[in-house]
Amino acid sequence: MNVRPDIAGQAYKGRTASIGFAHGPFVRVDAAPTNDRVVGTPPDEERALRAALASAGRQVAALAEAAGGEAAQILEFQVALLDDEEFLEPTFAAIRDGTSADAAWAAALAAQIADYNSAADEYLQARSSDLADLRDRVLRTLRGGDGETLKIPGGAVVCADDLPPSRFLEIDWNGGGLALLRGSPTSHVAMLARARGIPMVVQLGAVPTDAASALLDGEGATLELDPSSERLGLFERRRELHRKNRASARAILRRPAASWNGDKIRLLINIQQVEDINHPDAQYADGIGLMRTEFLLAGKTDLPDEDTQYAAYDTVLRWAGNRPVTIRTFDAGGDKPVPGFTEAGEANPFLGVRGLRLCLRHPGIFSVQLRALARAAVRGNLKVMFPMVTAPDELEAGRALFVEAVGLLQSEGVAAALPPLGIMVEVPAAALTIDRFKAAFFSIGSNDLAQYVTACDRSNGALAALLDPLNPAVLDLIGRVAEFGTRSGIAVSLCGDMAGDPRCVPALLSRGLRELSINPSALAQIKRTIDELGSGGGRE
Amino acid sequence: MLETRKANGEVITGSVKLIHAAGMHARPAVKLTKLAKKFQAQISVRTSATAEWINAKSVSKIMTLRAARDSVIEFEASGEDAEAAIAALVELVATDFPDTDP
Repeated sequence: MNVRPDIAGQAYKGRTASIGFAHGPFVRVDAAPTNDRVVGTPPDEERALRAALASAGRQVAALAEAAGGEAAQILEFQVALLDDEEFLEPTFAAIRDGTSADAAWAAALAAQIADYNSAADEYLQARSSDLADLRDRVLRTLRGGDGETLKIPGGAVVCADDLPPSRFLEIDWNGGGLALLRGSPTSHVAMLARARGIPMVVQLGAVPTDAASALLDGEGATLELDPSSERLGLFERRRELHRKNRASARAILRRPAASWNGDKIRLLINIQQVEDINHPDAQYADGIGLMRTEFLLAGKTDLPDEDTQYAAYDTVLRWAGNRPVTIRTFDAGGDKPVPGFTEAGEANPFLGVRGLRLCLRHPGIFSVQLRALARAAVRGNLKVMFPMVTAPDELEAGRALFVEAVGLLQSEGVAAALPPLGIMVEVPAAALTIDRFKAAFFSIGSNDLAQYVTACDRSNGALAALLDPLNPAVLDLIGRVAEFGTRSGIAVSLCGDMAGDPRCVPALLSRGLRELSINPSALAQIKRTIDELGSGGGRE
Repeated sequence: MLETRKANGEVITGSVKLIHAAGMHARPAVKLTKLAKKFQAQISVRTSATAEWINAKSVSKIMTLRAARDSVIEFEASGEDAEAAIAALVELVATDFPDTDP
């Protein structure tokens, strides 16, 4: 391929989905090819579809077997669909009526996908991507394309609009990386990429289709096309540094707590669901700084009952032993809608009825969670915090409901206690008037704080560069909260993405933070970052 | 919770409460259809909230049930091994879809 001078050396900026570096041939992977097949008689078409379905079944089963674990479970649903006569019947009926195999299959799947997408249940909506994955695989096979295997050279930087899990699993990623124009850091594919240590950058926007080679930097979230030898040299140096860091970071985990300027820095972890405590590095954490509870709301038609919630909280507290566990009450709304709970049709959901605002409007639902938390409070070192607090009255209203729940449980003869109660600091008004809140602790939610301070919707990729957590205005507010905490003896931690970003950590420590809560996979890297800062800064 | 009875001599029915936390989603639906297919009997399923009986061997149909946690799943089977099929399916749901292959 020729190197086009107009794109050579161009860099594109996206969002990190998985860290790491890749340098290799640039390969665009696009949706199912649209070239038309030669259409046969209905019996021919039926035979062609049967063959394509059988081939797709073998491909998916082989992928599932090779991948194992979570990936296999994701794929087993597709295997079952291929073996479901009721699912296939509309396609065969259309073929008998004279429609070509590929058109009949595409139309039948489109109807199913629309049905899943219209479901109120977010879980069912997410399954529509599995159907689209299956649709495209069968179409590729039918149209005689590269159905059996994707012809992608090993170690390539693969670029696609989006990529479904099954296609991800059939690519040889050794040394390669994934660049998506759309995509999301929370997708199934992002989870698989992180689990396998494959660099992945999402939301790159528009990228040319015909470069020869590319550099993908998962840390800086950049894609460079046809780099000059100078750019390549810089990239290789960053990659080598990253490789050395990863190797020594694992050893660092086993050492005692990190310290900086003679102060111990506590590193806690964020978990999205109970299973996250199984991460191999989680055991080295000083506790759980943020346990999200929205997973209890996801993919269900009914809101979770008290016992279901209690079981989840209790499992995490037992795992933590004496270490502290901070659980955040439901933070629904904004970009996390929950049917039957959050408000529909808000013009500005991020500025809408979300977090504690929403819970206070639904005291019935909120009280179930508070009862489960009050029961869990006697089982371990539990702390509870409310999200999206703007004014002290909201904290007090939440506290009153909590006190009431504890009283009711105790009058029923159930062991319960009021845990220490804190707030997330993510609304600028709360950060600016932090001394007005009678909280036992503060946890700075830097993602939302930065979003609100910079007036940049964090789901809008076009604003990614402007939404800079190192903006001095954001750092000022963080410093203000940390300083108040030090002065008044109230613990302050930070649990947003900044805490897990080595470039942000020095700014956070120098502004007085001594407690950071990060994803388990970032523990080693951040501990190392702090150690290196500390060795240059007068450790005890 | 578990109840099987013989209706008019050949149709066997059973019902069981769904305790799976996430409701009848992809993984339990796949397990249920895999088990149903091991039997010759014609097997139908519905929830107490839906009137229409659907084919218990169709994973796509079972997904459309959208059965939530705590809903009651009803089975109906006819054929030679209907009784064994109902017992096995009720057991699968009652034991929350264990990971070992039934």
